[in-house]
Amino acid sequence: MNPQLLELICFYAFAAVAVVSALMVITLRNSVHAVLSLVLTFFSVASIWLLAQAEFLALALIVVYVGAVMVLFLFVVMMLDINQEKVREGFIRYLPVGIVVAAVMLLEMLALIGLRAMHVAVMGPNPATEAGMSNIAWLGQALYTRYLLPFEVAALILTVGLVAAVVLTLRHKAIARHQNPSEQVRVRDRDRVRIVKMDAERPQEDQA
Amino acid sequence: MAAELWLVFWTLLKILAITIPVILAVAMFVYWERKVIGWMHVRMGPNKIGPLGLFQAFADVVKLLLKEVVVPANANRFLFFLAPLLALVPALAAWAVVPFGQGLVLANVNAGVLYLLAMSSLGVYGIILAGWASNSRYALLGAMRSAAQVISYELAMGMALICVLVLAGSLNLTAIVDAQAGPKGLFDWFWLPLLPVFVIYWISGVAETNRAPFDVAEGESEIVAGFHVEYSGSAFAIFFLAEYANMILISFLAAVLFLGGWLSPFPVSWGWIGTPGFGWLLVKAFVFSFLFLWFRATFPRYRYDQIMRLGWKVFIPITIVWVLVAGCMKYFGWVTIGG
Amino acid sequence: MSRITSYFKSLLLIEMFKGMGLTIRYMFQPKYTMRFPMEHIPKSNRFRGLHALRRYPNGEERCIACKLCEAVCPALAITIDSAPRASDGQRRTTRYDIDLFKCIYCGFCEESCPVDSIVETSIHEYHFEQRGENVVTKQQLLAIGDRFEQDIAAERAQDAAYR
Repeated sequence: MNPQLLELICFYAFAAVAVVSALMVITLRNSVHAVLSLVLTFFSVASIWLLAQAEFLALALIVVYVGAVMVLFLFVVMMLDINQEKVREGFIRYLPVGIVVAAVMLLEMLALIGLRAMHVAVMGPNPATEAGMSNIAWLGQALYTRYLLPFEVAALILTVGLVAAVVLTLRHKAIARHQNPSEQVRVRDRDRVRIVKMDAERPQEDQA
Repeated sequence: MAAELWLVFWTLLKILAITIPVILAVAMFVYWERKVIGWMHVRMGPNKIGPLGLFQAFADVVKLLLKEVVVPANANRFLFFLAPLLALVPALAAWAVVPFGQGLVLANVNAGVLYLLAMSSLGVYGIILAGWASNSRYALLGAMRSAAQVISYELAMGMALICVLVLAGSLNLTAIVDAQAGPKGLFDWFWLPLLPVFVIYWISGVAETNRAPFDVAEGESEIVAGFHVEYSGSAFAIFFLAEYANMILISFLAAVLFLGGWLSPFPVSWGWIGTPGFGWLLVKAFVFSFLFLWFRATFPRYRYDQIMRLGWKVFIPITIVWVLVAGCMKYFGWVTIGG
Repeated sequence: MSRITSYFKSLLLIEMFKGMGLTIRYMFQPKYTMRFPMEHIPKSNRFRGLHALRRYPNGEERCIACKLCEAVCPALAITIDSAPRASDGQRRTTRYDIDLFKCIYCGFCEESCPVDSIVETSIHEYHFEQRGENVVTKQQLLAIGDRFEQDIAAERAQDAAYR
């Protein structure tokens, strides 16, 4: 069994798992199960990238999407109590529109892939192996030298998005009472307790 | 063909050579925890089963395995049983890239640190699914808390790791240890130039493993036992195993990343005490795992919003600043890298 | 200003280290634990434990069935029946039951007894294996008294000056 064949078998296995789990994302009724199959899809795709020796991308996909984004997804989905009947109500009515949109998307993708395939070779040689360094080192060099400006612009856009999300959701209600943990942590005993030292006193005579 | 089979067999053997000691270490670590916390409470801790109570952990294992696994009504059975495995697998898988000595590592991958981050972020799935699948309010609350906490502290931990990567110039753990070698021994390790980040890494590690004082996910005084309140018997034992394997892993990583792994704190000229070896790594990791127990015996549990404040408003800003400082160190040559 | 100093103080984790110093000091202190079956906590001679009925040195039982203990018992744990003894017509108990589940070990029975018959010994390690064993009968109480007479007498003698 030559290694190339083994790699091909692995690729098809991972690809099959990815496609099946992607299908499960949109067919499963239980939304938590759907999110979990999305996690499986990400995993299989990461494995495919590992096969293509793009280990940085693969691990970044797992760290960012599986480790953080999907956890937040689960977080939200677990809180929902979706009424299945209601979700399926408009299924038949919107089906033709959905099919049209899907067909257009498929056509566009095929056209794009076909055009690219005509113009350039399917897959060029791996630039990292050509340069004789690891995938991660090559990626870092490329990002911080050749693509520095787009990279920084992307970072800026993400920061703006972050700030916008905070501004949109942050509401200060005058009525609501908030705790301020920083203030609570900063409190010392002398802020709350006053220890008074005084001499012992005799009770006053003939008061009663 | 035979050579490939032999390779598979050999790899399996190496995996067993790591996992079995890890599991045994977990058993002894549980015993050690009960002893240490007992001593700190001016008690004796377990002392009846075996000499000095040494077999206590094994007795507990037998007890847990013999117990019935109760599945709550209306629990999602599939996910209920999947959750403990999802907690355990990343905890054990992460050990693949931990170097125990020069060249003594199962998988010497280039992206070792990234792999570790990926594995530690996967562990949270076990907790979340356990909380959701057991159809219990307390379990769900514990899962929610744990999810938010792990995501927040993973950022701080990742930033702390970036400081190490900047100085070492590599994602490979063996290369990181090699970068800490030097004639000054102890003072060539990364804990000195990265002291604040080292402390933050350690505290985030405690928070990542959901240990006291960051154990709001378990919070036995408020939400009974949090995410594993509905688990009993062997299913609970697996959660237990995963938690302690993670603790030992974080201890080993702290030693590898900041305290020079298997390097000796003394100069080479001092003879056997100055030679690097697996023993040094073990000693360092033991000190860190003792810190886990020390924290648990000392600090009261954080409140949930205080945990979030600490992670987002204190740790992440400090680590971001220190990434810059580490960059300057590397660029201007303030610290020497590699011996 | 105090905000800034307190901020830096908290950054240096001073209070955390103080707390950890405390626990590590306690770790090496001698332990308070008693290894129970092998070691026992010292007990007062006034300890009120399991009941017993005593006898005079000549073997005659002390109890004269005055029923003062039955009357004073706040938990109604004592039940006494009495009748003239067949041999010499003396007033004696035919039944003397104490329900140990009801008993609150207050010691009033002991205080009220005019002949020092019912006493509470310092035995506190006992158990029942069957339902109904919690009610101890006159024979059992006399047997306990016979067996521990020396200890009971010693404890009474020690405390006699204060009664």
